[in-house]
Amino acid sequence: MNRPGPVVVPRIAPKARLQRDEVRDREVLLYPEGLVALNETGSAILNLCDGTRSVAEIVQTLKQRYGAEGIERDVTAFLDGLAAKGLVTFAPPSYPPTPSDPRR
Amino acid sequence: MVPKPLWLLVELTYRCPLQCPYCSNPLDFAGARFKRELATEEWCRVFREARALGVLQLGLSGGEPLLRPDLETLVATAHELGLYSSLITSAYRLSRDRLAALKQAGLDHVQISVQAADAGLSDRIAGTASYRDKIAAYHYTRELGFPLTVNVVLHRANLHQVEAMIRLAESLGAERIELANTQFYGWAFHNRDALMPTKAQLDVAWEVVQRERARLGNKLEIVWVLPDYHEQYPKPCMGGWGRAYMTVTPGGEVWPCHAAGRITTLEFANVRDHPLEWIWSESEAFKRFRGDAWMPEPCRSCPRKAVDFGGCRCQAFLVAGDAGVTDPVCSLSPHRRLVDEAVAAAEQAAAAAEPPAEWAYRAAPASRVIAARG
Repeated sequence: MNRPGPVVVPRIAPKARLQRDEVRDREVLLYPEGLVALNETGSAILNLCDGTRSVAEIVQTLKQRYGAEGIERDVTAFLDGLAAKGLVTFAPPSYPPTPSDPRR
Repeated sequence: MVPKPLWLLVELTYRCPLQCPYCSNPLDFAGARFKRELATEEWCRVFREARALGVLQLGLSGGEPLLRPDLETLVATAHELGLYSSLITSAYRLSRDRLAALKQAGLDHVQISVQAADAGLSDRIAGTASYRDKIAAYHYTRELGFPLTVNVVLHRANLHQVEAMIRLAESLGAERIELANTQFYGWAFHNRDALMPTKAQLDVAWEVVQRERARLGNKLEIVWVLPDYHEQYPKPCMGGWGRAYMTVTPGGEVWPCHAAGRITTLEFANVRDHPLEWIWSESEAFKRFRGDAWMPEPCRSCPRKAVDFGGCRCQAFLVAGDAGVTDPVCSLSPHRRLVDEAVAAAEQAAAAAEPPAEWAYRAAPASRVIAARG
């Protein structure tokens, strides 16, 4: 799956690694021969990319956390940009989200 | 304010089973200056100090880094510190078990060179039969789940194989292929006449790269390192002197790039004598060309100085004899004639269908002779 719809589950690609950069007080996404410097929002999004949350769930969590509206497009564009560099991959939901699922 | 470094390249040893004639290592690598390699604990201290300075990317290179029996320990230390580590190797005699142990230790990325797309030419350029080991290692790398970069240095004797090189990397499932046109430092500068490509060769190869990029999209990243002698403007070498990058040599000297040791007018401090932080921030060699106050004309008044930082100091030293002048590959440099002459010599030889000059292999006996000459 190439483009993030709301139900797909984003995950940081195996070649990339999220790392705290204490010296510059930020987080970065490291990958072969490069890095992406993250602002607070980017950091928050990637920290929610745990391989179980869908894009819609990430958006929902951020809305609750920051009280921000209309962030869906920003989140999608951010993840889309990283996916174009092969740093994020998208998978279909791994299980049907039923109310009885113990992970919710 | 002094910028913070992001990149550290460590050359763990200058010993190497391969003998590539374009090697960027110093010509006198086998001489007294580089004799005593840092011990495991010294390297670990360098990693800690680099991390505290702001380094996030670590390249483990050489020579051949696999010749260090403590490589696994070094990788584990880098991993604990949060450094993203890349092994830059020839893969000569690299076993699957060793690579698995490095994975276990936390190695993030593997870059394996190949000298050409087929065994005959690759082994001839390397001066050592190594192609078979490389192909085996590419497969181990993928099996173990490493991201893989295939690195090929391009020059007159292999530029015609660019398409086959890309197809090889594709078939191996590599993430990236680095097609690195020879940068003329170290042994490459020594062998410049033998390695210099023709403009026609570069044009054909560049067309292939563009076509293959369109075909492959983001399935395989194709990095094309510019042949700067054939360009109009210099490269932004190392992103600027003492700005983001440093190299530590096997014996502990710290250089602003892996070729800088050749600049005889600078003195380089050693991690055995000084903390890395002092060397980066305070040592004369790092301060000498940091920022733009050192720049002469035509750089000083040039709007491109923020783009290319005056180009490469090592190239200015090697070609023009002065590390403090504009990179001679710049079309605005008063020394550009020297670059044009080297390029023209290759064109004339090709036009006359002369066989290319013989290259000297990068090997310890030749290096000792050069070191003795001083």
